[in-house]
Amino acid sequence: MSRIRTLQKQLAAGTLTSVALTERYLARIREYNPGLHAYLHTAEAFALELAHRADERRRNDRDVTPLTGIPLSIKDVMHVHGLPTTCASKILEHFHPTYHATTVARLLDAGAVILGKTNMDEFAMGASNEHSAYGAVRNPWDPARIPGGSSGGSAAAVSADLCVASLGSDTGGSIRQPAAFCGIVGLKPTYGRVSRYGLVAFASSLDQIGPMTQSVEDAALILQQIAGHDPADSTARNIPVPDFSARLGDEIAGVRIGIPEEYFGEGIDAPVEATVRTAIAHLESLGATTVKIHLPHTRYAVPCYYIIAPAEASANLARYDGVRFGHRAAARGNLHDLYCASRSEGFGPEVTRRIMIGTYVLSSGYYDAYYKKAQQVRTLIARDFAEAFTQVDVICTPTTPHVAFRAGERLDDPLQMYLADICTSSCNLAGLPGISVPCGVNADGMPIGLQLLGRPMDEVTLLQVAYAYEQSTSWHRHHPPHYGIGA
Amino acid sequence: MTTAYEAIIGLEVHAQLLTTSKLFCGCSTAFGAPPNSNICPVCTGQPGALPVLNQRAVEFAIRAGLALHCRIAPVSLFARKNYFYPDLPKGYQISQYDQPLCLGGHLDISCDGEAKRITILRIHMEEDAGKSTHDIGQATTSHVDLNRACVPLIEIVSGPDLRSPQEAGQYLRALRAILMYLHICDGNMEEGSLRCDANISIRPKGSTVFGTRTELKNLNSFRFLERALAYEIERQIDVVSAGGTVVQETLLWDEKRGRTLSMRSKEEAHDYRYFPDPDLPPLVVDDAMIGAIRAALPELPEAKMARYTGEFGLSAYDARVLTSEKALATFFEHAVTAHRAPKKIANWITTELLGRLNARGESFESLRITPPQLAGLVALVDEGTISGKMAKQVFDTMYATGEAPQAIIAREGLSQVSDSAALETMIDELLATQSAQVAAYRQGKTNLFGFFVGQIMKKTAGRANPALVNALLRKKLEEE
Repeated sequence: MSRIRTLQKQLAAGTLTSVALTERYLARIREYNPGLHAYLHTAEAFALELAHRADERRRNDRDVTPLTGIPLSIKDVMHVHGLPTTCASKILEHFHPTYHATTVARLLDAGAVILGKTNMDEFAMGASNEHSAYGAVRNPWDPARIPGGSSGGSAAAVSADLCVASLGSDTGGSIRQPAAFCGIVGLKPTYGRVSRYGLVAFASSLDQIGPMTQSVEDAALILQQIAGHDPADSTARNIPVPDFSARLGDEIAGVRIGIPEEYFGEGIDAPVEATVRTAIAHLESLGATTVKIHLPHTRYAVPCYYIIAPAEASANLARYDGVRFGHRAAARGNLHDLYCASRSEGFGPEVTRRIMIGTYVLSSGYYDAYYKKAQQVRTLIARDFAEAFTQVDVICTPTTPHVAFRAGERLDDPLQMYLADICTSSCNLAGLPGISVPCGVNADGMPIGLQLLGRPMDEVTLLQVAYAYEQSTSWHRHHPPHYGIGA
Repeated sequence: MTTAYEAIIGLEVHAQLLTTSKLFCGCSTAFGAPPNSNICPVCTGQPGALPVLNQRAVEFAIRAGLALHCRIAPVSLFARKNYFYPDLPKGYQISQYDQPLCLGGHLDISCDGEAKRITILRIHMEEDAGKSTHDIGQATTSHVDLNRACVPLIEIVSGPDLRSPQEAGQYLRALRAILMYLHICDGNMEEGSLRCDANISIRPKGSTVFGTRTELKNLNSFRFLERALAYEIERQIDVVSAGGTVVQETLLWDEKRGRTLSMRSKEEAHDYRYFPDPDLPPLVVDDAMIGAIRAALPELPEAKMARYTGEFGLSAYDARVLTSEKALATFFEHAVTAHRAPKKIANWITTELLGRLNARGESFESLRITPPQLAGLVALVDEGTISGKMAKQVFDTMYATGEAPQAIIAREGLSQVSDSAALETMIDELLATQSAQVAAYRQGKTNLFGFFVGQIMKKTAGRANPALVNALLRKKLEEE
């Protein structure tokens, strides 16, 4: 039974209250967060108030949902009215939003408890969480290593059980890559499945909010609550939301799984490849058929991503100018000086680099060679997938080319850092749903992730296959040592 | 203007759409609210907020496109125009760039009695910026009001078809009239609901290549537009005549000093880095929607003119004047409904009514006379209750007080004496006392007729029905 289902059973039986559960998590956060730095902000009073209300709701047997009373965390890039939103940036230090993100509002409607806001790479730009202006997150499996990024705080918090689950955001792999590095489940829904309203934008055509959980079923339960049309987001599709748990437990015999050769071999660490191939063999043993497929434009995904995402970011981040909110430089001069000083002081080096890249690729004279070309490549990448999905139902790859690396190892080499997205960014460019599930560990005991990609809006099949894999293996029961999990 | 050169002018007109809410959020568009009271996370560019397109604004923009004979694009795109300014909350303006909503239309204008067709290159939708104020409070502080931020605008871009400040003025007047007919813009230039920029260059007459253009910003009245263009044409001719070359730059019209000032040169021009806004899906408009909007279009000036000259038999001139503004046409039509004498009513409006408004520099909106009142006045003349001359006197009072003509006539005792018995007695008395004149008349001095009429009018203080007086006098003078 999944973590959320187990807790629900106890809450329903009256052997546990949400307040007691929340207090237990708050205590765990107090104990372990100083070492992990997974949370930027813990909201004790706020969480306990929500827990009280959830218990009352249950006592009155009113609108009890699978999430009522369940303590969650929220990546600090989504608004929770009443708590700060910093995006792990100095430029939003002390920023308090005036409204809830739609996803957050939907979780609160369901009676979920919000414990606090999790750490991340500044404005979700990074693959290691070392780009947080408030200090890096550590990987619970090995504190010398990074947890991945940008939703590294959420991944570490779920992995070390400092929350039951978390909401992350994924622009080029920011949910799946840290999920793989921290040995948890991370689901990026189809673009347009979940509202982005109240998610601080990094790259609007790629950003998508999704659950980070200890199991596949928990991911389905959370997605159920946050998915669906939102009149406040024109890109949130107005189509029916299926029952994401509908096929959990169904056999996968006959499911066709595509294996794209481009995601194996060069650039992928041998132990990772071997582990993923073992996982694929396991899926075959469950009755799935594997089909070799080709996604020929895969090798252009990272360069394409690093043009489109910074281009959109350069405009999305223009509003941080020190005029209406956020950091304003003390230096006084003319308007130009105010802008330059506020933004130079407020943004960290990675964000600055991407704003500059994005500004450059959109500039007159360079637009066609970079931005327009990248959009054309994006179309080709999406076409590769569309073609592949005429033959297969899901596609299976490694989530990351390697396991979590050591802190500081790639900080001075942005290109190496960007290659961490090599297996995940195509999915965002094509707008597909993708999930990472734990599928093994390397010789150092570091987790490895299996990535499954699905057809647009077909999270149901994706979850079915991921669940079948998870339930017939034991990797989801592995927890990092030293955090008193399972005690 | 020196005759060796001709001016090439194109106008970019921004019209604020009369929607009740903003282009991408639900905030009110009301003018004059306290600063920063009509705002929300979307129009103030709060992190995480997203735009949602106002469909009513799309409908209004399509109305403009159809009225100006444009092709409505089945798919158009919103783009981000990037630049930093404190009154631009997101650091970019959402506009349309390479795929606008409306393309390739035209507007027919009349200049010096000649019809001329002006190309409309495109109409696109965009959001307005906020308003910066630098002249209140401390000298070192500026203020920003975001009430106007995100208010829907359409930008209507003409071809380089205008050849004089007067033509430009006529074009802007005709365009304003159509927007007001469509009820999509209030046309108020003072409040900025209608704004105009001009691109202008000169070239030797007969040349087919364009000269270097300058852009004139913020020509916010017809007067500014025409004065600024005249000044700029003269300036460019002076530059070229002196052997210089016109520099491509953006200029601001300084009305006080009566000259243009350089705002920025080509080198200082912004690189707006336009790209499609990923927050907004392509705007898709289907034929059914276009058909429904077309079917609901009101009668436009051209069609009205045809009807006025045809059905009402008005002169082309009167028809053009009456259709030049929706309010005027509506006034005319209401009056004709009350009293079906279109030619007479048209005459009263074009001469008496507009004459007074123009002479006093008053606006049509401030008019106190109502259409039924004017119709009533014309009817009273037609019925013979008052003379045409008397009617003008009554009209003056109506214009000043807004009173109904019947009330004025009753109060001031102005109704005509049409009682033939009373007039006959009066005439008999007159002829008896003026026997010498009567005799002279009968001997052939017929021009004395006017003298007799004048005497009767004098006696009745001008109220005698002139036609009746004429008839009775003639009868009396000739019968004996």
